[in-house]
Formats: sequence, C-alpha cells, structure tokens
Amino acid sequence: MTGTNAKKGRFAAALKEAAMAALLAAVLASFLLGVRTIPAEGGLSFYYRPMWFAVAVAGVFFGRLFLRLIWWRGDRTTPKLYDKFTSSLGGITEGWGKYLGPVVIIGAFLLPFVASRYVIDTSILILTYILLGWGLNVVVGLAGLLDLGYVAFYAVGAYAYALLGTHFGLSFWVVLPLAGILAATWGMILGFPVLRLRGDYLAIVTLAFGEIIRIILLNWYKVTNGPDGISGIPRPTFFGLQFKRFGEHTFHQFFGIPYSPMHRLIFMFYIILLLALLTSYVTNRLRRLPVGRAWEAMREDEIACRALGINTTNTKLTAFAIGAFFGGLGGSFFATRQGFISPESFTFIESAIILAIVVLGGMGSQIGVAIAAIVMIGGFEVFREAAQYRMLIFGLLMVVIMVWKPRGLVSGRMPTIFLGKERKSVSGDLVKEGEG
Amino acid sequence: MSDIILQVDHMTMRFGGLVAIDDLSFAARRKEITALIGPNGAGKTTVFNCITGFYKPTEGMLTMTHADGETFLLERMDDFRIARDAKVARTFQNIRLFGGMTVLENLLVAQHNPLMLASKYSIGAILGIGGYRRHENKAVELARHWLDKTGLIARADDPAADLPYGDQRRLEIARAMCTRPELLCLDEPAAGLNPKESDDLNKLLMSIRDEEGLSILLIEHDMSVVMGISDHIVVIDYGKKISDGDPAFIRSDPKVIAAYLGVDEDEAGELAS
Repeated sequence: MTGTNAKKGRFAAALKEAAMAALLAAVLASFLLGVRTIPAEGGLSFYYRPMWFAVAVAGVFFGRLFLRLIWWRGDRTTPKLYDKFTSSLGGITEGWGKYLGPVVIIGAFLLPFVASRYVIDTSILILTYILLGWGLNVVVGLAGLLDLGYVAFYAVGAYAYALLGTHFGLSFWVVLPLAGILAATWGMILGFPVLRLRGDYLAIVTLAFGEIIRIILLNWYKVTNGPDGISGIPRPTFFGLQFKRFGEHTFHQFFGIPYSPMHRLIFMFYIILLLALLTSYVTNRLRRLPVGRAWEAMREDEIACRALGINTTNTKLTAFAIGAFFGGLGGSFFATRQGFISPESFTFIESAIILAIVVLGGMGSQIGVAIAAIVMIGGFEVFREAAQYRMLIFGLLMVVIMVWKPRGLVSGRMPTIFLGKERKSVSGDLVKEGEG
Repeated sequence: MSDIILQVDHMTMRFGGLVAIDDLSFAARRKEITALIGPNGAGKTTVFNCITGFYKPTEGMLTMTHADGETFLLERMDDFRIARDAKVARTFQNIRLFGGMTVLENLLVAQHNPLMLASKYSIGAILGIGGYRRHENKAVELARHWLDKTGLIARADDPAADLPYGDQRRLEIARAMCTRPELLCLDEPAAGLNPKESDDLNKLLMSIRDEEGLSILLIEHDMSVVMGISDHIVVIDYGKKISDGDPAFIRSDPKVIAAYLGVDEDEAGELAS
C-alpha cells in the first residue's frame, strides 16, 4: 500500500517537474523556434513554425520525465559516471600521473616527425595559449589577483618585436628577452595603481588597462601604424640561418637538404615548445622559492602576510611582472609567427580565452591549464565544421566543466615542501581563490 | 626588571567621533608576560592593532626597544616593517592561517625575509647559485623546533585548514615565533580552547618566556590564563587604563571588579570586602 503511494508520489513529482521544464521550454521556444522573420516585400514578415515549437516542448517534457523516472533514481543529481571521470582527473598529479608530464613532453618533441602541417600549425597555436595560460596562472592562480587585461602584455611583447625588428633590424633572439622585460615593466606600471584594489575593482582596472593598450595601438598611427598594423615582421633565424627558398645563409643550403616550407613551421614549433617549457620550469621553480610561497600565502590571507613581515606591495608587483614577462614572450613569438600584427589580434576576447583556460584548468595547476588549453583551442579547430554552433558548443562545454568541477579540472594543490616521505596534494576545497 | 621593551605613551585612537582609546600609557617589560584585559569593547584589540601597525594611532608614541638597545617608533612604521624590522610578531583573534598550505609551508612563509635574501631575490636560486638549499634546510630546522614545541610535528604535511581548532591556535603561535620576534603579541590565544588545551597553552607561553627569553603581550578573557601566567596586568575600560599592576593587586582592585561586574565602584568595594 505504502509502496504504491510512494510510487505515485514520485510519479506526480516527476510530472510536475517535467511540466515546469516544458513551460520554461515553451517560453524560450516561442520566440526562438516558433516564430521566424523572413524578408518580404516592404519589410519583414513573420513565418510561424508551430511544429518546431511543439516538438521542442514535447521533447523537453518527455525527456525530463524520462530522466526523472529512469535515470535520476534515488534523488541523485549527478550520475556516478561523472564522479568517476572527474576523480580520475583530480588524481592526475599522483600515481601514474607522475609519468604523464615527461611522456607528454617527449611526445611533443617527436610530434613534428609524424604530424601533418595542419596538426603542427594547430599545435603551435595551442602551445602559445599554454604559454599564456601558464603566465597568467602566476597572477591569477598563485597570487590570486584577477587580471582581465592580460592581453595587454601579449600586445606589448608583439609590438616590441614588430617595431624593433622592422625598424632597427634586431633579431628575434635579441628582442625576445627585451620584449619580456618591456612587458614586465608594463606589468609593474599596471601593478602600481591597482595595488590597493581588490576583487571586482581590480578586475575592472585590469580590464581597462587592456583596452587602453589596444586603443593606444589603434590611434598612435605614427608609431604603430594604427589599424593597418605592421607587416613584414622578420622571421626568426636558426643560428643566423634563414628559412627562405632563395638567398644566402639559408637553412636548407647549409644542411644540403631540399627546401621545404615545413622546416620553418617545425622550427617555430620547437621555439614555442621550448618557450612553454621555460615558462613551466621557471614558474614551478618560483613556486618552491620564498617568493612563490609568498604569492600563495597572499592569495590565502594578505593580512596575515603583512603580520609576518612580508612586503605585499613588492610581492604583488613581482607576480604582475613575472606574469607579464611570459605574456611578452608569447607576444613576440606571435608576431614572428604571423609576420603581421594589428590591434585586431589583442581584443578583450583574447584575455577572456586565456582566463577561461586558467579557470577551467584549475587555478594554480600547470597540468590542468595545459589540458584546458588543448581542449579549448584544439576544440575550436575540431568543431570548425560546426561553424555557427561552435560558440554554442563551447559555452555548453564550459558550463558542464564548471558544474562538474567548479574549481577546474585539476583543483588540488601540491605542497611545495614535505617533512615526511608521503607526498599528497591539498584538496581544492581548502585552497582559497584570493579576493582579487 | 626595569628593562622596558615596549613603552606606550599617551596613545589616542579616534574613529571619526568615536574615541576608542583615550590617552593610554603603559609599559611592557622585557622577558615578562604582560596581559591586557578589559570587558568586551574596551579597546584591547584596537591597542593591538595600533602596536602592530594595522591602525595608525591618532596621537601618541609607541617605543619598541630591542635587547641591543636599538629603538623603533612603531607609530611611524608600516605594518610589515613592524614585523620585519621592529620584530613584533602577532596572532589574530579570528585565526588567520594560510589554510590551503601545509603546516610546514605556513612556518616557511613566516621566514620569508631571511629566505628571500638567501635565495638572492629568487634570481640566484633559479640559477642554482648561492646555496639556497642550505638556508632552506636551516629554515625547516627552525620550523621543526617549533612544531616539536607545539606538538604539531606529526601533522607537518597536512593542510593548516584541516587541523582542529586548538591546533590551529598553537600553529599560529608557532608561525609567529618563526619570524624570530623580540615581542610576541597574542590576541586571545585561549579563546575557544578546552581546559586541557588552555593549560597546555600556559605551559607553552611560559616556556617561550623562560627558555626563549621572549617578552609577551597578550589579550585574554580566560582569567585562569591571565592570572596563572602574567607577570603584569593592564586593565582598560572604555579605552582608558583603569588599573595596572601584578595579578594579586589587580584581583583585589575595586575599580577592576566594578568594570567587570558592571557596578559602581563603591558597591564593588563593599563586595570585595
């Protein structure tokens, strides 16, 4: 008797829920699916699609009912499969995951020997974003300062090489560190006014800073060539050897091999791979040094830091400067890869993508950021076919990841030093995200 | 005995129209435990925040004298410089640990300044020159010393936020001690502790005073702690000092009893007799 009652109750609840979902779907579908405007004589006219509307509402109703009755038994809101998947990702820094890093790095070094031009091209793009993600990770993930204008440093690095390379003929290898230092200087210039700001205010000022740099690039026509951009940016050389079909001191002549445009591409791939590994090495090293611990401590509790005698002003500035430095490296690589840059490439959406990579990957985690960059940027390429639905798929993917793993793919934090033998990571729930 | 480590002279702190501390003067002597007590809202934490630089006092002079005779005027210094140069360490009423970092990491962050020098401002350590590793090992040894003293050695690799409340309190003291201070300021270290934990705390504080030769300034509500270990007590109420002396004197002072019981001074005198 009670059994049937409970069953009835569950069915009624499911029915109610399905009706609510259907109602919501009806509201949305009435405009989005039910009505369409088509060009007609003298303007637009409505074209009604009642079938579309009905199918959408019925689909949501029965779908929800089905899910509620069959799939979500026992009031579970997330099926077990998800938990398994995410916990395996969370443990990526332990156990077998220990070997993952070296294997991936070796794989990356071997990639150009097997991959097609398209794959290498995409990999270069992905690696650029991994580099930028790791750079921004210092500011956002470690120091806990939300920076929405990271693309500004990318732009500084790109224009530094474009201008110094085209006007003064400086080589890529000379400008690369210079571009990093210039970007770091701008990082500090941004750092000073925002030192006292926290949270939303910091985010807004960094956002504005990114826009200021872009607008200066757009309007300072004499120097930056404004919206026309800078073209003819010199390509990097391999110890002075150029990757050209004709001319002196070319790569293929020196090694006595036939010319192939792939050489330069592969060379570019190795440059960005090494730059990314440099970023990874330096930030990993810094994390284990006092300055890195101070960044993380500042993210956890700034007041306690000051009570321990840590100059948080300097600590924040170093975080901004180091993050910007790697942004600058990425920027000058971007300039030399494209051969042409314009302010178009440094819009807010770039900052947003890099930040999304850091947040999706798990703030502070290098492996997480790398996975997120591969998923995001590689995904953009894979779904190129889907054209207009690409952004939709991405929005959905991001929502799904954030629902599964609100703290990113790899949310745990590896301590920087151990007293005992056992190495275990700190659960992401305990790690603070910083107020800035 | 007359060696004064911290001299507070005519300190006043106003927040707009509110006078939180009114012309307060007292002294804390070296290698003694000085307790600052008073009813809720008397301004004890404000005094602490002024001493440690989190507030700038409206008026007054705060003089810190090191054992080597060097003096610091705290009211003119930034909070982090008070901790770094004047060597005043503090803990907080609502514990402020780095929760996502391990116990050991908390203690290493406390040694940031000497380690930063040892790492040649990170540049040397990244390039692998300057013997940073040796300095870090030394820092770990100091941390181990304090973990032993506070009984936290078994939990060194656990995140600080995972520790029980009493351990977190002790960890905060250990962390403050790792900055190698001359004066340790504790804001209600016994708050929320059970009698056994509070007894352990007494022993810890006395060993800090006797074995490490440190001076301690503490705010406390728990009278068993205050009366048990203090050498000298300062009582404030409504931002004014109402009594100053050793525990026996304070215990029998009618003004103190009046402030705590909320009755007139005359009545308190009658109660005391």
